[in-house]
Amino acid sequence: MQALNLRFTHHILQITFLLVALFFTASVAFAQDIVTDDEVNEVAHGLFCPVCESEPLDTCPTQACIDWREEIRVQLSEGQTQEQIYAMFRARYGDRVLAEPPVDGINLILWFTIPVALIVGGYLFTRYLHGISKPTMVTQSTSATLGTTQTATTSDDEYVRRIEEELRNQ
Amino acid sequence: MIADLGFATILIALCTSVFAVGAAWYGGRNHNQQWVESARNAVWITFPLTFLACSTLVYLIWTNDFSVQYVADVTSYDTPQYLKVTALWGGQQGSLLFWNLLLSLFTAASMRRNWHSERQLMPYVIAVSSMTQAFFLYISAFIENPFVRAASVAIDGAGLNPLLRHPGMIIHPPMLYLGFVGFTVPYSFAMAALISGKLDDSWIRTTRRWTLVAWLFLSLGLILGGRWAYDVLGWGGYWAWDPVENASFMPWLAGTAFLHSVMIQEKRGMFKTWNMFLVILTYLLVIFGTFIVRSGLVSSVHTFAQSNIGWYFFAFISAMIIFSAYWLIERQNMLRSKNHLESLLSREAAFLLNNFLILAILAATFLGVMFPVITELFGDKITVGEPYYEKVNGPLFAVLVLLMGVAPLTMWHKSVVEKLQRAIIAPIVIATITIVVLLALGIRNVMALIGVWCVLVSAELTLLEFWKAARARMTSRGENIFRALAQLFIRNQRRYGGYLIHLGVIVMAFGIIGLEFFQQQTQLRMTVGDTLTLGRYEMRFNGTRQYQGPDDLLINEADVDIFLGGHLVKSITPHINVYQRTGQPMTIPDLRSTPLEDFYVLLVNWESVTADSATVKVYLNPLVNWVWAGGIIFVIGTAIAAWPDPQEARVVATTRKFAVSTD
Repeated sequence: MQALNLRFTHHILQITFLLVALFFTASVAFAQDIVTDDEVNEVAHGLFCPVCESEPLDTCPTQACIDWREEIRVQLSEGQTQEQIYAMFRARYGDRVLAEPPVDGINLILWFTIPVALIVGGYLFTRYLHGISKPTMVTQSTSATLGTTQTATTSDDEYVRRIEEELRNQ
Repeated sequence: MIADLGFATILIALCTSVFAVGAAWYGGRNHNQQWVESARNAVWITFPLTFLACSTLVYLIWTNDFSVQYVADVTSYDTPQYLKVTALWGGQQGSLLFWNLLLSLFTAASMRRNWHSERQLMPYVIAVSSMTQAFFLYISAFIENPFVRAASVAIDGAGLNPLLRHPGMIIHPPMLYLGFVGFTVPYSFAMAALISGKLDDSWIRTTRRWTLVAWLFLSLGLILGGRWAYDVLGWGGYWAWDPVENASFMPWLAGTAFLHSVMIQEKRGMFKTWNMFLVILTYLLVIFGTFIVRSGLVSSVHTFAQSNIGWYFFAFISAMIIFSAYWLIERQNMLRSKNHLESLLSREAAFLLNNFLILAILAATFLGVMFPVITELFGDKITVGEPYYEKVNGPLFAVLVLLMGVAPLTMWHKSVVEKLQRAIIAPIVIATITIVVLLALGIRNVMALIGVWCVLVSAELTLLEFWKAARARMTSRGENIFRALAQLFIRNQRRYGGYLIHLGVIVMAFGIIGLEFFQQQTQLRMTVGDTLTLGRYEMRFNGTRQYQGPDDLLINEADVDIFLGGHLVKSITPHINVYQRTGQPMTIPDLRSTPLEDFYVLLVNWESVTADSATVKVYLNPLVNWVWAGGIIFVIGTAIAAWPDPQEARVVATTRKFAVSTD
């Protein structure tokens, strides 16, 4: 049933596009601009047709996608910009046609969950690390600093010694 | 008749698995060795049974028994014989049965390898892994039975899906499945340690080793999948952040996080709960990945409702979450760490930052996969395409790569700031100079330059790590550089295998940056004698020809010459294969491949191909070969790190002897 519905929608889409495409092709048949495949593909790459699964419009071989690309070509030849074309497709078919979800409405959840989680998580994470790190006593830290100034000069030798020792212990 | 035998074998295997769960659990609880050994025997017999079931299915495919529906779906009379074996995993039911075979193989292997060394954990290892086995066998027996009879016997089968007739697709799925099912073993050991309360260092060693094995296969599967996409799918790339790809990438990420943080526990006895959580998470993501792909959930919520399999998986995942969480909470006080973090500039903290970044990437990917599903439930479905993943995960990966270079310089407990500064200053200067040179050469893409800078710093630090250690051996033992490097790998497989993996990632990262930021493409309708120019290359179209290939293939092949500086460098033949029975076309690109760049040509399959004209799509893909080269280095590094270490085995044997004598 679902598959039938899908196929039916597909056909309706195809016919609509064909008509639209025919209409536009006729009306701009005398337009001077020749739109190259590359220009069409550049716009098409940011779109998904609602029928094909995870396949961007610029590489999808189905008839519906061929028709969509034709429509993009027509619109480009009429001087529409990429943004205008995206806006038109979005208004007609909803957010799902855009490969990159617009930053508004429910999509804010998608775009901001991870950055917010990173900031909040990062803050909590460093606080947690500070919390569990053992506060070093003053005397210890002084001696450690003294130690570092001494070892800094011979750090390479020490590094080599460390590696040798580790390798010997293996 | 033969089909009935196959089905009966699945049923018996299901019985032995359920018995193994019960017997092992009972034996473990009551310290009854007889029951545990009986459970072990049940596990031993499950493997031959699933093997027999798979063999039966292969036999039916081999003999073209189209009275079985699955056989009619995946094969035909003219399918070549070698593809009849691989048709075993060419469809849903067969691949689930194959999954069962690999799972029983892994379980049997872990029994064989760890029966004596991890005796006390074994009852629960059997119980937990057999639970998973029983679930999948149940699915194979009652939901996705590959032996179901066809309503009417077809004259000929449909043949294997053309996309799956590529050599890459023959090796890729078994590797991926091995990786997936492999994570059941570390999960079983982790749960066994929780349930039995034997939470000493022993379980973590075994778990780490098995995780590494599963991770090796999963990495191989991912890389081969990328290669297959590049060679066969015909869109000029290897990774599209497709939900199915993400489903196998997520457990890989969780496994990677575990393989790093486990070292904190081994060295410092800290973060035991966290490590336990990561093992459990990896396993759950394996089941979750299988669930969303198998149930069709990622395509649409509606396909989910069409089949029962989704609900069974949903129930199983829920049960495993509750089961795992219960034991994790129950054993909480045994997982307390004895040590404390001493400094934010320590190896421990570096590993934690690594975990933090990897889990952020994992969460972003999870959100990207699930967002369309969630929005579909509440109204309009939203597409989450590549741009989202690139924008969110890209920067996280860059920081991760940088950390990968710097982290090995940090020390356990506490690093000395001055030393760290001294060690990283030169690489930073060199990387910065390189960026200035690239700017002078006219590269203006800021994101790409930042990426290159991070990878360069990391590359220099990783190579220095090898150099410093090799030099130490060269001066102290008078070894030459090759011997010194070889000795490093032999003496400390884990560390230098690990650094080799890092090096593989770095090489891959260069390739990824190349393709991501500098790919060029053009599409053009060409007639005989036409030329086009892309980058430094010129390409001439010499026409097409059509001929009959093997099977029922109709091949439309274009003849294309590639010129560089006016000289012919290669003639290639991109083609479209049409499988006439199904009418399904496949676009097979052809390319001129060099370490610097790939000149990649394909025929556009929705445009007509005539004898003297065709529409071609041409990609100039910089540094793609670095991705494959990095992948090979990566896999070699993993194999070195995972290879059984004779010295470690000796240590384990000695401790065991002591343990036995003191018992």
